[in-house]
Amino acid sequence: MSSGIIFDIKHYSINDGPGIRTTVFFKGCPLHCAWCHNPESISPLPQKMYNEKKCIGCKECVKACPENACTLTPAGIITDVDLCTSCGKCADVCPTLATEMSGRIAEVEEILLVVEKDRPFYEESGGGVTFSGGEPTRQAKFLLELLKECGARKLHRAVDTCGLVKQETMLAVAEECDHFLFDLKHMDTEKHRLWTGSGNELIHENLRALARRGAVISIRIPLIAGINADEKNIEESARFLASLEGQKVAVNLLPYHDIAVNKYKRLGKEYDSSQMLEPTEERVKQIIEQFAEVGLAASVGG
Amino acid sequence: MFEEHAPVCTAPERKAQAEGNFYPENPKNKLPGMNPRIQRLRKLSVEAKPIISIERAVHETEFYKENFGKYPVPVLRGLNFLDHCTRKTLYIGDDELIVGERGPSPKAICTFPELTCHSVEDFHVMNNRDMQPYKTSQEDIDTYEREIIPYWKGKTQRERIFNHVPEEWRRAYEAGLFTEFMEQRAPGHTVLDGKIYKKGMLDFKTEIEANIAALDYLNDPEATDKAEQWQGMSLSCDAIITFAERHANLAEEKAKAESDPQRKQELEKIAAVCRRVPAHKPETFWEALQMYWFVHLGTITELNGWDAMNPGHLDQHLRPFYEKEIAEGTLTRDEAKELLCCFWIKVNNHPAPPKVGITFKESGTYNDFTNINIGGLTPDGEDAVNDVSYLMLEVVEELHILQPGNSVHISTKTPDEFLHAAIKLIRQGHGYPSVFNPDTYVQEMVNMGKTLRDAREGGCSGCIEVGAFGKEAFLLTGYLNVPKVLEITMNNGIDPVTGKRCSIETGDPLSFTSFDELYAAFIKQIHYIVDQKMRVSNYIDRMFAKYAPATFLSVVIDDCISKGKDYYDGGPRYNTSYIQCCGLGTITDSLSALKKHVFEDGKIPMEKLLGALANNFEGEEVMRQTIMNRTPFFGNDDEYADAIAVRVYDDLVDSIEGKPNIKGEVYHLNMLSTTCHVYFGKMMGASANGRLAGKSISDGTSPSHGADTHGPAAVVKSLGKLDQTKSGGTLLNERFLPSLLKRDEDVKKLGQLIRTYFKLGGHHIQFNIVDTATLLAARETPDDYKDLLVRMAGYSDYFNDMNDDLQTEVIERTENEAV
Repeated sequence: MSSGIIFDIKHYSINDGPGIRTTVFFKGCPLHCAWCHNPESISPLPQKMYNEKKCIGCKECVKACPENACTLTPAGIITDVDLCTSCGKCADVCPTLATEMSGRIAEVEEILLVVEKDRPFYEESGGGVTFSGGEPTRQAKFLLELLKECGARKLHRAVDTCGLVKQETMLAVAEECDHFLFDLKHMDTEKHRLWTGSGNELIHENLRALARRGAVISIRIPLIAGINADEKNIEESARFLASLEGQKVAVNLLPYHDIAVNKYKRLGKEYDSSQMLEPTEERVKQIIEQFAEVGLAASVGG
Repeated sequence: MFEEHAPVCTAPERKAQAEGNFYPENPKNKLPGMNPRIQRLRKLSVEAKPIISIERAVHETEFYKENFGKYPVPVLRGLNFLDHCTRKTLYIGDDELIVGERGPSPKAICTFPELTCHSVEDFHVMNNRDMQPYKTSQEDIDTYEREIIPYWKGKTQRERIFNHVPEEWRRAYEAGLFTEFMEQRAPGHTVLDGKIYKKGMLDFKTEIEANIAALDYLNDPEATDKAEQWQGMSLSCDAIITFAERHANLAEEKAKAESDPQRKQELEKIAAVCRRVPAHKPETFWEALQMYWFVHLGTITELNGWDAMNPGHLDQHLRPFYEKEIAEGTLTRDEAKELLCCFWIKVNNHPAPPKVGITFKESGTYNDFTNINIGGLTPDGEDAVNDVSYLMLEVVEELHILQPGNSVHISTKTPDEFLHAAIKLIRQGHGYPSVFNPDTYVQEMVNMGKTLRDAREGGCSGCIEVGAFGKEAFLLTGYLNVPKVLEITMNNGIDPVTGKRCSIETGDPLSFTSFDELYAAFIKQIHYIVDQKMRVSNYIDRMFAKYAPATFLSVVIDDCISKGKDYYDGGPRYNTSYIQCCGLGTITDSLSALKKHVFEDGKIPMEKLLGALANNFEGEEVMRQTIMNRTPFFGNDDEYADAIAVRVYDDLVDSIEGKPNIKGEVYHLNMLSTTCHVYFGKMMGASANGRLAGKSISDGTSPSHGADTHGPAAVVKSLGKLDQTKSGGTLLNERFLPSLLKRDEDVKKLGQLIRTYFKLGGHHIQFNIVDTATLLAARETPDDYKDLLVRMAGYSDYFNDMNDDLQTEVIERTENEAV
């Protein structure tokens, strides 16, 4: 069986599809959205993450690093990125888990063992497994094998996708997927490119194709005031979604918050949130109304 | 003062939690409670300060001085109770519908010098301590010193016990290896079934008198003992009837003097109710509640048994009265609810009698653990949820008071509608209800030898311990500090905290070459310590049977009347002694660390670990962090750790289960800790799971603090691996942030989590819905958070009433962030 790179498995996921679910996070994403809450998911490779609050300055990592890339300073451990090969030896020895590797190679069998553990919850709640990321379709072979194996075990399968993938891959995934969580970010392709690094044409094409196929789809819209929560974009989104063939999609609105700032810091990355704002409760209510006008049920969370 | 208070927290779903209904956002808004009467009664109850009333002690001392030695002990006890009920100061407050107080006014608590006679110093400590003070006037302290203390010197139960205990017991007790429940309170954990709604005290008297008439002195060697017991029980019935009659008289007098026609009518009604019950069986919803309340007061006045008294499945008991009167049009839903509110507030008027010494430390709270069981199963095994169950949830939500505790009982037959209503109540952060699984606890009781019907009529008293309501004495004898047993095993029977020997030698830990050798020594120590504990518990049991029989309580518990035996003397149909084992999480994680790092990986040599433990990990932070972050811990659905937990649990069961108590029955184990895990932690040095010296150990069967890092599903999976039906109760605390329960969808999913746990055999689960910011703020400005109720370790308490350690613990508990 094949293997892939994942960075987390979360239990009791209650916002990633129907019922109580276990979510497997794949590493690597073709988009790099400015507001991304999982910045560690963007790069396809294992990455070192460091949290100086947990660091006790024991220098175990300094001693363990074969490249001498780690230095203890008054501000904590500094890693020389030119020297670091992301070998993970520092994380292996860190007693406090201040240094951790985000991303590891996992076998299909291993993941199946973990998701099987939560079967009693799936059975009670109508839940199952969600493959998220990152972008799970980026590791298509790995994903398809997982989906097939879960299907053979009669587990409900959801895939959380940004939609940017070759259509034949998307359709192959649809063969083995019971529920899509499909992100919709901006209707204007130029703005989409500006904020995510890619245009939206293929994404929208894929969504239409899935809908035409009769896939069960929940649309997830990150609502960011200053970027996509304006009336025009919402109206266009609503019209686009209402025009899809197949069964009506559910719309989950995810209001922006800047909780991820710390994660960026731990990755040693900059985070510019100057143009991104939380939408007001008032505005969220209006947006729900806007979707209702075209006959779509939108709700916060999910 | 509270009129000026500004709300601290504005999130709508948390209103009831942080500042509570007690401090309304707009002072012009009404206070909590369905109407002005309930609002006033609640305010009076919440604001009253606990005080000591020495009246009972004065009456009892006078009575004993005059009468001790004149009568057989059960008759003496019955007469003593009758004397007090004839003389005690009565209280019928304005607005009250349900009447009767143990003391002369709400929150006036009496003392029980025949069990523990408080010293002058005790009164000063209780007057001045920060946590749970009980105020006593100097005049009363002087009376105590002059009249009461000299008489009881050398005659109290506590002195009898401490004069008896063997040296081995004392050494283990002083090392904090276990506690003894009955050194200053009487054995209790008493819960009623439905009999008092079908029979009055006169009916019980008729049965008793028939038994006395039928005594066979020729052939029955116990005839004399039975006669004495029955006489005591009959006198106790007289006592409670007298007590009610006096209330009826007082209500009539008040009615005559009352100018408000509505109140006048109410007082007349109160008088009529008190003329009927408890002498006769109740006919109405009102009478049923008053009936129970008199029985409750009788029980907690006669003696001060642990966990006060408990009506059990009150929604089931009240259901026929409610349905009949609603159908006949003699009662409205609101009237029923108002009466329930009055009853609820009555329970809140009765804080636990004051404890001192270790018992205060192990269970420091005003809560006296009356726990109303809501929902569950009928004796026939049907779903018991009815309108009264929902009314009770409303009462709990609206009143938001410390007592009585309440729990919902969710079997596979319980409708989701009821479960979701309960979760919406949990979501408000009151700290309760806690959630129990009848399907598991009925099995537990059947395993212990109860009939299926008796088991189904049972449930939980106090915290999490199970019993057959109305038919069982299920006595908690004390807590066992399981992690401490490992600590002394690692020191060959010496308590490393004091350097004193407190147990047998089981081998130098440096000589152990395998984990199994260490484990075998640990189990040997467990058996020795458990035996020490049982020796003294058995002795104490006899002391109560001989010197402090509960003649009133015996009237209402089957089969004391038919056997002619006291509640403390094997009279009940079932007689269980429990030992409560604490710290499953801590012991599992410690053993896991030893197994992995010392015996398997060999990276931490035993000698080095022992040195680190002795020095509280000073200079060994890398070792400590490695242990804490790189050891499989309990609560993560991890086979390595969970297998150890199961092994320890099974061996604990083995060390306790089936050992004879002195009533011809046996000991059972349960896994309750209340707040004793804090005291036990204080008595310990550092432990092998990285826990520092003095820090509390884990509670109940919950994971160690912060050890559960895989979310609530993994926690319940780990707990599900224990065969909980072998116990008399386990305890799982989970803390949820309000954000995890915002949407109806979230409520549904929490319901599914609970149902999954119960399908896996879970006994109990409870949730703290709070956020850390609220708790930190509450610590900074306690006055702003007077209503902040926290539920932990089997009970609810006001956060402000908790000591620093408990507060810290509440703050530290893992936050289950799944978002």
